[in-house]
Amino acid sequence: MAGLSLDLIALQLFAGLALGAIYVLFAIGLSLIFGMLTVVNFAHGAFYMVGAYVGLYMLSLGGNFWLCLIGVPLAVGLFGLAVERVLIRPLYGRSIDYPLLLTFGLSYVMVELVRIVFGKTGYPFDTPEILQGAVNIGVGYFPLYRLFVIGAAAAVLLALWLFLEKTSFGLIIRAGARDPQIVRVLGVDVSKVWLIVFGIGTGIAGFAGLLAAPLQGASPEMGGTILAEAFVVTVVGGMGSIGGAVLAGLLVGVVVSMTSLFAPEMAKVSIFALMALVLIVRPQGFFGRAGLMS
Amino acid sequence: MNGIVRPYRRAAAAPVSWFQFATRHRASIASLAVLIFPLVMPFTALAVNILIYGLYALGFNLVYGYLGLLSFGHAALFGTGAYVCGIAIVHFGLPWYAAIALGIAGGLLMAAMIGVLAIRTRGIYFAMVTMALSQCVYYLFYQAVDWTGGENGLRGINVRDIDILGVRLDFINPLTRYYVVAAFVIAAFFVLSRILASPFGAAIEAVRENESRARASGYDVRLTRLMTFVLSGGFCGLAGALQALHLSIVPIEILYYDTSGIVVMIALLGGMGTFFGPMVGAAAFLLLENLVSVWTVHWQLFVGAIFMICVLFFPAGIWGTLISRGKR
Amino acid sequence: MTEGKSMRKSGSISRRRLLTTVGAAVLAASPFRINLLQAEEASIKIGFPVPLTGPYGTEAQDQVRAAGLAVAQFNDAGGLDGRKAELVVRDDKLNPGEAATRTLELVEKEKVSFVVGSLSAAVQLAINNVTKERGVIFNSISQSDAINEAADFSKYTFHEALNPHITSGAVGRYAFPKFGKKVVFLTADYAYGHEMVRGFLEVGKAFDIENLADIRHPIGTTDYSTLLPRIQALKPDILCICNFGRDQQISLKQATDFGLKQTTQIIAPLLSHASRVAAGPQAFEGVIGGCSFYWGIEDKFASTKAFNDAFRKMYDGRLPSDYGALGYGGVRTVLAAVRNAGSVDTDKVVAALEALKYDFYKGPQYYRKCDHQSVQSVMIIKSKSKDMRNESDVFEVISTEEPDEANLRGCAELGHKV
Repeated sequence: MAGLSLDLIALQLFAGLALGAIYVLFAIGLSLIFGMLTVVNFAHGAFYMVGAYVGLYMLSLGGNFWLCLIGVPLAVGLFGLAVERVLIRPLYGRSIDYPLLLTFGLSYVMVELVRIVFGKTGYPFDTPEILQGAVNIGVGYFPLYRLFVIGAAAAVLLALWLFLEKTSFGLIIRAGARDPQIVRVLGVDVSKVWLIVFGIGTGIAGFAGLLAAPLQGASPEMGGTILAEAFVVTVVGGMGSIGGAVLAGLLVGVVVSMTSLFAPEMAKVSIFALMALVLIVRPQGFFGRAGLMS
Repeated sequence: MNGIVRPYRRAAAAPVSWFQFATRHRASIASLAVLIFPLVMPFTALAVNILIYGLYALGFNLVYGYLGLLSFGHAALFGTGAYVCGIAIVHFGLPWYAAIALGIAGGLLMAAMIGVLAIRTRGIYFAMVTMALSQCVYYLFYQAVDWTGGENGLRGINVRDIDILGVRLDFINPLTRYYVVAAFVIAAFFVLSRILASPFGAAIEAVRENESRARASGYDVRLTRLMTFVLSGGFCGLAGALQALHLSIVPIEILYYDTSGIVVMIALLGGMGTFFGPMVGAAAFLLLENLVSVWTVHWQLFVGAIFMICVLFFPAGIWGTLISRGKR
Repeated sequence: MTEGKSMRKSGSISRRRLLTTVGAAVLAASPFRINLLQAEEASIKIGFPVPLTGPYGTEAQDQVRAAGLAVAQFNDAGGLDGRKAELVVRDDKLNPGEAATRTLELVEKEKVSFVVGSLSAAVQLAINNVTKERGVIFNSISQSDAINEAADFSKYTFHEALNPHITSGAVGRYAFPKFGKKVVFLTADYAYGHEMVRGFLEVGKAFDIENLADIRHPIGTTDYSTLLPRIQALKPDILCICNFGRDQQISLKQATDFGLKQTTQIIAPLLSHASRVAAGPQAFEGVIGGCSFYWGIEDKFASTKAFNDAFRKMYDGRLPSDYGALGYGGVRTVLAAVRNAGSVDTDKVVAALEALKYDFYKGPQYYRKCDHQSVQSVMIIKSKSKDMRNESDVFEVISTEEPDEANLRGCAELGHKV
């Protein structure tokens, strides 16, 4: 094969990590929401997409990209809070399929609303000036912005880890993930915890959408395929496990990247094949709770 | 004694309610509705689509409504039936009835393959796994361009004249096509009704109601689930085959997860776990889509909103709600 | 005796209830009832399925406008001995299954005489399959090589739009002698992408190009970062981007981000107006490609000027786009053939279309006999971001390839009996 060298493979690996970073951010929110609320948020892709559009809107109001990095997850998270309170809360106590179904319908509505407000075609999203261009990372030139994406994702992960490990609220979340009953008995308002977790999860999804926007532009359909791929990440990593989401997200990104090098048509199939393999060998994924399987 | 002889009165038969009457004759009633249907639809091709999607939802309902497992990958079963039927006609020149039979077989086989992998999981996990596996099937069929036409779809499923018991029918004629499709759907109604009334049907319900008790009673839970999934594949495969013949093409989009999502919406809209629910849901969904599309290009907004309203307030669906009213 | 009354419990079926229920059902169904009292339809109906919903909604709406103009012009000129034409627009949602259903509706219920439309290869092939089985003329207005091939073709099939072979051929003939011999292809992995590459390679033989790599990506890819390093490493003179719509916008953008434009000339077979507007000037800067129509050629052709003016008049100063013009051409040729034939009889109109020599919006055109492909010019364009006359002035036409049957694939090659 022409041009195949160690440098190229290393470059490809980096590209895989950057791709994986977006998967990780997206899947973490999904996993968090599932781990705490046992809700599969089928609208997660729509929140991701809304993040990109909110970013567009903020930029058009005259803000700069750095403000968006803070503003977008806040705005999307707030919207997530409203959705949990108004639409999902009434469904607790019923079969656990219902929130899934509701979020599924919600995704249709959100996508169409964005189409109505912003139009069908989608918008270009310019990479912020400072982050344009490519840098020599030793093995070749790599876009600066993608390095930023890797860094931003790492920062968010660190912040999340600190939050979960070092704060009392984080303690409640971890306890609640293990046993919601005990937490309730101890006097904690579980519904409030769920509300906030949903907000955090969707906020992170919005943040991921904002990060992805300069890479591919903003379009109403952008949440679609990443959702299916994120399911692979969560199955491989284990639903409800954040560490699993991180590892699996990066793994999936690298698998797609490396398959693209040798057989690009099979890149998409490869991740589903990976998932099928995991299902056969270890159905609960890397760190999933075995109790979830029957 | 006052001389009045009371004549012997036979114990009057218990008055039959609408509900009991309908349940006993459900297959016949459904068949009757199917027969007069095209006369009240805006156009016949839509009526055929409703039948086909109704059958698709019927198959799905077996797994979700009756067994209680939410699958987001049924497009793989529907699509496989369609492609196998189409390929049989286009690439092998087989007659239409053989193609339909092969379509059903394709659905059964694909369901077995997906089922074996997916049945290891449960609940919400099942939904995600089936979705991801069916996406895999989508990409595989997409790549097999020589067989499936890839993105361009499979064209040339042109069936003109069909011979049934010596009678030559013109398949191009919209009403003829409708009644041929209806015949298959009606047959499927009867088969499903038999299955549900059989001991296997009882097993399905037992597993849904209380899995550990079912296991303790000696039911092989895993096998029951797998068998149900495979049967569901048969019905969905038939629906797919009929779709291929009706549209004379198979679009690659039939395997995309949107198609899985549509059947979930239809089943919920109509009413899961009920016999007529899927048909009612298909009619409601497709009519709604058709009607709303005429007014606005933003029909997805309305369809999504109505679906959410159903999830929140009418989880039994249109038909399910009507039934529970009727029971009272 | 009171027993009789008490026997009738609520919920039991009485004959009266049965009748009222059935009656109500029939009444309720009547709004859907097809009106049998339809008067003899005098208008000439043209079915127009286009993707009003979905990512190409903007293009589709432009097509509807332009087609509406063609119908209006026909009617204003008197129609066919007083019979007016009517455009019956349907939304095919860019889905071949939906398109087939809509076409069935148009043919079976609306009883259209002709069908014009479609915006994707899959959709046009689906529509074509339905119309040809029922003997209805279909004039396709979107790109595809397959529709010319014998397997999909029928005497009722016409193709007003360009196909990938012609477009990539024209762009290749322009670019290969200018920019170098080492070529890399970035191709969307579906029929359209493959057809574009095939066209380029055929043309490239004459210029001795070196095909360094044909890198395939799944349609709908949003991240090319895994493919671009490899392209960079190959150091090509020309990068041929063989995809469309969102894929093209994103890949151009990311190729720009990766700095590819500094060392490589990027070409694409088809650059669409809507994509250029959606992706912005930065991504398209320096990219050279082809298109079937650009309003800016009105300086060259009186027919273009007339079309632009009429469009502007009817639609508040708007200018027609490339896709819009196809909608116009597709409908106008069918109506012109109807007028020439003096009837809507299918066989007569087919003959009239085959004999038609026209210049309606971009210069001289005609339909080749063996595959009904419209032989027409191809414009080579480059994105423009300075000195724009108006907001639609996003391209500059740097060359034009005149209509020539030799640029099409051979009839025999397509499987037609010559």
